[in-house]
Amino acid sequence: MANLPLSSQIINLCAAVLLLVSFAMLSQRRVLSLVQLFALQGAVLCLSTITVAWTAGRSELYVSAAVTLALKVLLLPYILHRLIRALNARWETELLLNVPATMLVGLLLVIFSFGLAQPISQLAATVTRSTLGIAIAVVMLSFLMMITRRKAVTQVIGFLAMENGLFFAATSATYGMPMVVELGVALDVLVAMLILGVFFFQIREQFDSLDLRNLEALKEE
Amino acid sequence: MTDPAWTMTATLAIPLAWVAIGSLGLLRARSVLIAGRVLFPLGAAAALLLAFLSLASIGAPVQTAVLPLGLPDLPFHVRLDALARLFLFLIGAASAGITIFAAGYFRSGEGTPPGLLCLQYHVFLASMAMVVMADDAYLFMVAWETMALSSFFLVTTQHRIAEIRAAGFLYLLLAHIGAIGILLCFGLLQGGSWQFTFDAMRAARLTPAWSSAAFFLAVFGFGAKAGIVPMHVWLPEAHPAAPSPVSALMSGVMLKTAVYGLLRVGFDLLQVRCWWWGLAVLGLGLFSALYGVIFAAAQTDMKRLLAYSSIENIGIIFIGLGLALLFQGFGMALPAALALAATLYHCINHAFFKSLLFLATGSVLHATRQRSLGKLGGLIHRMPTVAWLALVGTLAIAGLPPLNGFVSEWLLLQGFLFSFDLPHSFVNMLVPIGAAGLALAVALAAYVMVKFYGIIFLGRMREPRLAAAKDCGRLESLGLMWLAAVCVLLGIFPVTVLALLDNVNQLLLGSGLAPQIDHWWLLAPVARARASYSPLVFLLGIAGVTWLTVLVVHNFYHGRVRLTDPWDCGFPLQNARMQDTAEGFGQPIRQIFEPFFQMRRELPTPFDGAPRYRVEIGDRFWIWLYQPAARLVQATARVVGLLQQGRIAVYLLYSFLTLVALLLLTL
Repeated sequence: MANLPLSSQIINLCAAVLLLVSFAMLSQRRVLSLVQLFALQGAVLCLSTITVAWTAGRSELYVSAAVTLALKVLLLPYILHRLIRALNARWETELLLNVPATMLVGLLLVIFSFGLAQPISQLAATVTRSTLGIAIAVVMLSFLMMITRRKAVTQVIGFLAMENGLFFAATSATYGMPMVVELGVALDVLVAMLILGVFFFQIREQFDSLDLRNLEALKEE
Repeated sequence: MTDPAWTMTATLAIPLAWVAIGSLGLLRARSVLIAGRVLFPLGAAAALLLAFLSLASIGAPVQTAVLPLGLPDLPFHVRLDALARLFLFLIGAASAGITIFAAGYFRSGEGTPPGLLCLQYHVFLASMAMVVMADDAYLFMVAWETMALSSFFLVTTQHRIAEIRAAGFLYLLLAHIGAIGILLCFGLLQGGSWQFTFDAMRAARLTPAWSSAAFFLAVFGFGAKAGIVPMHVWLPEAHPAAPSPVSALMSGVMLKTAVYGLLRVGFDLLQVRCWWWGLAVLGLGLFSALYGVIFAAAQTDMKRLLAYSSIENIGIIFIGLGLALLFQGFGMALPAALALAATLYHCINHAFFKSLLFLATGSVLHATRQRSLGKLGGLIHRMPTVAWLALVGTLAIAGLPPLNGFVSEWLLLQGFLFSFDLPHSFVNMLVPIGAAGLALAVALAAYVMVKFYGIIFLGRMREPRLAAAKDCGRLESLGLMWLAAVCVLLGIFPVTVLALLDNVNQLLLGSGLAPQIDHWWLLAPVARARASYSPLVFLLGIAGVTWLTVLVVHNFYHGRVRLTDPWDCGFPLQNARMQDTAEGFGQPIRQIFEPFFQMRRELPTPFDGAPRYRVEIGDRFWIWLYQPAARLVQATARVVGLLQQGRIAVYLLYSFLTLVALLLLTL
């Protein structure tokens, strides 16, 4: 391990931090802290993208790093902060699954992801191939967060974190998606955020709460 | 006849003209006058033109064309051959009479506005013509579904009544279940070529197993439309719900498109045929015929009675079809041609006499506002035109010579007489039992028709209101007269008709009856020594006997007539309630065939001050087949509904598990 070049070490460090942040998000019950963790995740992602761009000499990756910085570190956390204040939804109510159990499931998912990534990373020729397993794990953990949370806001954060994981997977496996796709995804995330923000207000107006349990009443008998 | 391309264009122009006429109705949707006096007569003229065009060119060679319509790379193909032309003639000639009747029938203020009705009606006509002309599965299905939808809207003309909406729904449901069968059948018929033109299907070589599967899917699909038991339940609901011209069109004409479809698939598209298909179709037809006629005998609503009678007649047509398949499977060319000719003949006959009777019930309905047989009677005095014309239809459907119903049924029985020669030891013993069943059904049909005609038109009026009934208008009687005249002509000139039908025999079977039909006045389908029938001689005989009787009575008894009360069995007071009722007339049949019925009777006690007798006749297939099927569907839906928890976490879990499962698959 010691003879790895510096850039690879930085990328591996970033990957480790990403995974750690994902676990932190899984266990965090304060919504505002969750947003900060999300911003941290974005920042780490930005750093790793810049490193990859530097190492592989891909100039278009700088652009995606810039987009990541603007969108996921600054804009989206800002919007989320404002939303949470406006909706007064600082605390997540009780989880569907308690935190230790969630962590255990998360551990299993990480193992699964690494098992899954092994044959792929042997094929990939990028400097970042060893991090593919972590990228998949981030996607899985975010998905798990969406499943176990009840508040609409945390579900959205889970959704955004999942997008982070996908982005990381793309950079680590193939040096990023084509620029057009990446910009499209970024725009999608932004638009989804805006629409979901509107939905939050609608849901709260209807049910006086952001708890998604209220939506169960919509089921047809 | 003349230039082949010209007939093709002209034939194609008629459905187009119908759609145009229908669309014109929308311009003044509320005007009964425009729809009734201008558009419907125009539609009838187009129908008449179609009939003459098809009849004149029935022997012409096959014509095909590709229309510049449809999807890219998937154009509509059309084809005119003897089979298509025969059914186009049927559609044109029968709908000409029905449409001219409809011109006088539809009034304002009855549900759908007349202009919209005009559109639905003419689209229905056009779609039936396109079904028959279609030469690829795509156009066929498009036309078939258009037909189902337009007729659904016609059935639910009075959509404000809940029962009518329910009847329409049932019809639509069965029509779509049937359409699935037809679609699957075409899917099998293409035989791996993935070409959906009928030419490609003719070229496909299927194994006997796949061939059989395709054929029985077709029997299921077209049977649902035709009303073969157990898919018959929509007929007795939809026909009474629809306005009478629509019932006439559906029963007389639309059911025949289903027969056409089965003929097309069974005899034309499928190249590999097995003889046992014939046996299955024969059995189905026989059961339908008996089932239909027994239920018809028990009905007290005149349109329901006719609907069940349609089931019976479709059963007879299927019997003929099965017989033709059976004979052809054993390579007996002449009996096969005879059975097929009888089938086609009965198709045409039924189109005319059933339409005539449905229209007559429409006139009665308009004049009296009454559908229940128990409240009618004696209408021959008030509505002579309708009554006498309906008598022609009644005699024809009852299968009495010299009218057309007799000819086809007689031909079919002649066909049955060959079944002793079938080279299969059990079949040649079983099939003659079918002949006995057919004879029973035909005899019961006559009984049913005596009930139908006798209770409505003869005897005394059961309600005082009936005295105010008015005969039908001029356009209506014109339509009835046309249908009755065709019934008579079809009965008097069977040899001419058979010569025309022989074109279809040649097309479908490769051989015909041609050498057997030479004398225009004497029908001897096989050999003169075997059996022969001359309707003209018969008619002259009957006319002669009647005329002589009248002459004798007038000349020898005339002076001695005195007007006095007849011997009245000691009952000086005789009123209309003492007549035999519809329930009473059907009682022996209900008694004999009791296991068929799901009967609920309310018998009054001897001490009841206001006694009422009620009997409700239910269909056992509802309990045996449809209710379990409905319960199964509901139970399945409930199981599937368990997946729908309404919790977002659960839905997310579904996607998550799917993702994990798919990822696991890649490992």
